Amino acid sequence: MLIKKPDDIKSSEITPEDTYLNRRKFLAAAGVAAVGIVGSGRLVSALAPARQQEDKPNTWEEITGYNNYYEFGTDKEDPAQNATKFRTKPWTVKVDGLVKKPADYQFEDLIKPHKLEDRVYRFRCVEAWSMVIPWQGIPLAEMIKRFEPLPSAKFVQFTTVMAPDQMPGQRMGILPWPYVEGLRMDEAMHPLTLMVTGLYGKTLQNQNGAPIRLITPWKYGFKGAKAIVRISFLDKQPRNTWQISNSDEYGFYANVNPEVDHPRWTQASERRIGTFRRQRTLMFNGYADQVASMYAGMDLRKNF
Amino acid sequence: MKVGIFLVALVPLGYIAWKFFNNKLGANPIRELEIQTGLWTLRFLAITLSVTPARRLFGWNGVVKYRRMLGLFTFFYACVHLSMWSAVDWFFAWGDMWQEILKHRYIFIGMLTWLILLPLALTSTKGWVRRLGKRWARLHRLIYVAAITGTVHYLWAVKKDTFFPLVYLAVFVFLLGFRVIYARRKPSPARRTQSGATAPA
Repeated sequence: MLIKKPDDIKSSEITPEDTYLNRRKFLAAAGVAAVGIVGSGRLVSALAPARQQEDKPNTWEEITGYNNYYEFGTDKEDPAQNATKFRTKPWTVKVDGLVKKPADYQFEDLIKPHKLEDRVYRFRCVEAWSMVIPWQGIPLAEMIKRFEPLPSAKFVQFTTVMAPDQMPGQRMGILPWPYVEGLRMDEAMHPLTLMVTGLYGKTLQNQNGAPIRLITPWKYGFKGAKAIVRISFLDKQPRNTWQISNSDEYGFYANVNPEVDHPRWTQASERRIGTFRRQRTLMFNGYADQVASMYAGMDLRKNF
Repeated sequence: MKVGIFLVALVPLGYIAWKFFNNKLGANPIRELEIQTGLWTLRFLAITLSVTPARRLFGWNGVVKYRRMLGLFTFFYACVHLSMWSAVDWFFAWGDMWQEILKHRYIFIGMLTWLILLPLALTSTKGWVRRLGKRWARLHRLIYVAAITGTVHYLWAVKKDTFFPLVYLAVFVFLLGFRVIYARRKPSPARRTQSGATAPA
């Protein structure tokens, strides 16, 4: 089941879910830092020019306990609490639009022909926190090949389930439901783009977007639509939900870019969950050598 | 009694600290420290501003003598909140923090709020009340400005869930509105309270 890992973080670095060790390290670092603050009179910059922290995968508890999934509430702990009874079986994914083979797929049939891959990716939220997550899933490109998009298909749109009876957030107008996201065709076909069905080799939890969600590690996390029920191939760029909600602050591309701040807060640095010090954000979340060519010549300040 | 209120006012800080050291602030504790200390600043501000309405509505004259302490606790929590940001979050990266203040309006208005509270805290003593006389009351009207700028700071900091910031805004508008209505209805010379401080009209 485990094949290649074309990402730059080795799966061999996946530690067992040792909540204990990470927490202890965090508190120890906090304690040392506290003493350091009191003890030293020097002005110390928190941010070294290079990344001073290694990309260690976050713990199971962190990844499944700190989520932005407004369908289940706006607090970070809400999805873990409110998504426990969410039904992910049976699950149908409709594939439609400009494809040769539009169809409704049962989840099992959608997944069966593919080998699941383990990918350890950085995850960067637009709110300026980040994690390193060992996802498991299928390259979207492999799926798309099966659907056979027409040459006129330039964009792929993903729609999250509409289930207000199970999703308390959808009973309120926090966002214009259902949640919609989209990618340009080259972004969708990129080897890094993953349709995720698992975490740490286990089945994806409800609060992380079960049964199937999108992950594009060089973009802000909100691009990763969760609980996908529809994949549509379009010739026009779709309007994604956060852009509809607030187009001054959230755009279609949402590429991680330390040089383009959110209108209200900085994107130049981030809080890596589980570590004490802020760290510098990397262009395209550290995947620049793999994705930058897709945006050559684009004004990334305008196309944020 | 004053000692009692002093100790009670420290409980929120104690609780936050306890949660931090027992890992009960979630996966992003630093952010949670900023949020909780900020909320308690606004709460103490609301409590401080409720003293006069409580006196006028319910005749609770006894509360007035604690108002200065409550105001100082507001400033205290504001200082804790500011140090969470400058020390714990940004680790004294002065250049980066200065850029934050200049470029991001929610930080700017947050700093502004603290800078408004600072002279109010410094002039809270009886000595300063005497020294400033009538001007003391005028200076301390800035607390209303701080209430609004503090709430706007909160409103501009949240991504989408504007519900609670708007609740605080409604509370402060009510507390301010109360004074405006009261001032219009019963114009009277400024009254002296038990602590010797002149109540702002």
